[in-house]
Amino acid sequence: MAQAVPAVQKWWNGGKSPFNVEYGKIMMWYFLMSDAFTFGAFLISYGTIRFATNSWPDPNHVFNSFPGLGSGYPLLFVSLMTFILIISSVTMVLAVQAGQDMDRKRVAKYLVFTILGGLAFLSCQAWEWTHLYGEGAWWGHNPFPNHNGSVATTNFSNFFFTITGFHGFHVFSGVIINIIMLIMTLQGKFDQRGHYLMIEKAGLYWHFVDLVWVFVFTCFYLI
Amino acid sequence: MEQHSTTAVYQHEEHGHAGGGTKEVMRITLYLTIITLVELGFGFYMYKAALPDGLFRHVIKGIICALMLWKAFYIVGYFMHLKHEIRNLIMTIVVPLFLFVWFIIAFLADGNSYKNLRNKYDPYHIEQNDKKAPVEHEHGAQKEGTIE
Repeated sequence: MAQAVPAVQKWWNGGKSPFNVEYGKIMMWYFLMSDAFTFGAFLISYGTIRFATNSWPDPNHVFNSFPGLGSGYPLLFVSLMTFILIISSVTMVLAVQAGQDMDRKRVAKYLVFTILGGLAFLSCQAWEWTHLYGEGAWWGHNPFPNHNGSVATTNFSNFFFTITGFHGFHVFSGVIINIIMLIMTLQGKFDQRGHYLMIEKAGLYWHFVDLVWVFVFTCFYLI
Repeated sequence: MEQHSTTAVYQHEEHGHAGGGTKEVMRITLYLTIITLVELGFGFYMYKAALPDGLFRHVIKGIICALMLWKAFYIVGYFMHLKHEIRNLIMTIVVPLFLFVWFIIAFLADGNSYKNLRNKYDPYHIEQNDKKAPVEHEHGAQKEGTIE
């Protein structure tokens, strides 16, 4: 599991990082913790409202379209989006590993794949939003009835667009960060510094974005 | 291990792949894919079987949540590398997350209580649940029904 720390090691006497990672990485972890609580609060508020509501639209009857195939395919499009994001996370891990090997070309290659994955995900999300908007859904407007046929609350669409929007914004900023990382890599900035630790930090942010999607997609589409 | 400068820390971290290599990454990717497919399978089953509201439906949802947490463990532990970090860092991340246990239970219970109380004391509210939605012609602007 964790590295065994020798008993003589004094981690808190100064001169070295007590967590054995550089400052920037610890700060990224702390930021991700704060973001985790933000998303957690959003999702729990969604859960609270759902638990407080007598009936709710069935996601399999709301989200069942696939570009080019029309409707009647529940879970198919969101599966594609999830798969895209997981694969982009994998390419990010491979980019980080390439950085640890100081292999500039490989880092660039995997960063490109990660960026493409992020853009693909954003395109899918944009399509989903556009499609739902076309059906009459938006903040304050919910055309979908509850599972039991009764009139549904606008909370359904409000929460959907807010939380997936917040997540999509994180994906977007992650893509921007990765593009900057790619440019810095190609410019040889990290070879100059002697380490690719910046890529690792960007990697943490990207994996976090993927992790949040795991929770968002489960809450909105599966349960 | 005498490490006084930050550059020395960097060099230490660079040595090989701290933790597993490409093989491990692919293995974890496979696990994540399988778990995702199982989750989707459960979700699709709930839809196809048109499971009525009840204990069984909730059990399936509970299993899906457990699978979701399992995926989270793999992503945080291996992709974000936390499993291979020093124990104090792992605890710094994991221990505060236990707040979520209280957070989730408390808030969902609160929401549930609101629903029960409202249904008990507001006959109009529970009647609304039985009325079918009108067949809509054009816009679907349903503004009523928001929680007051």
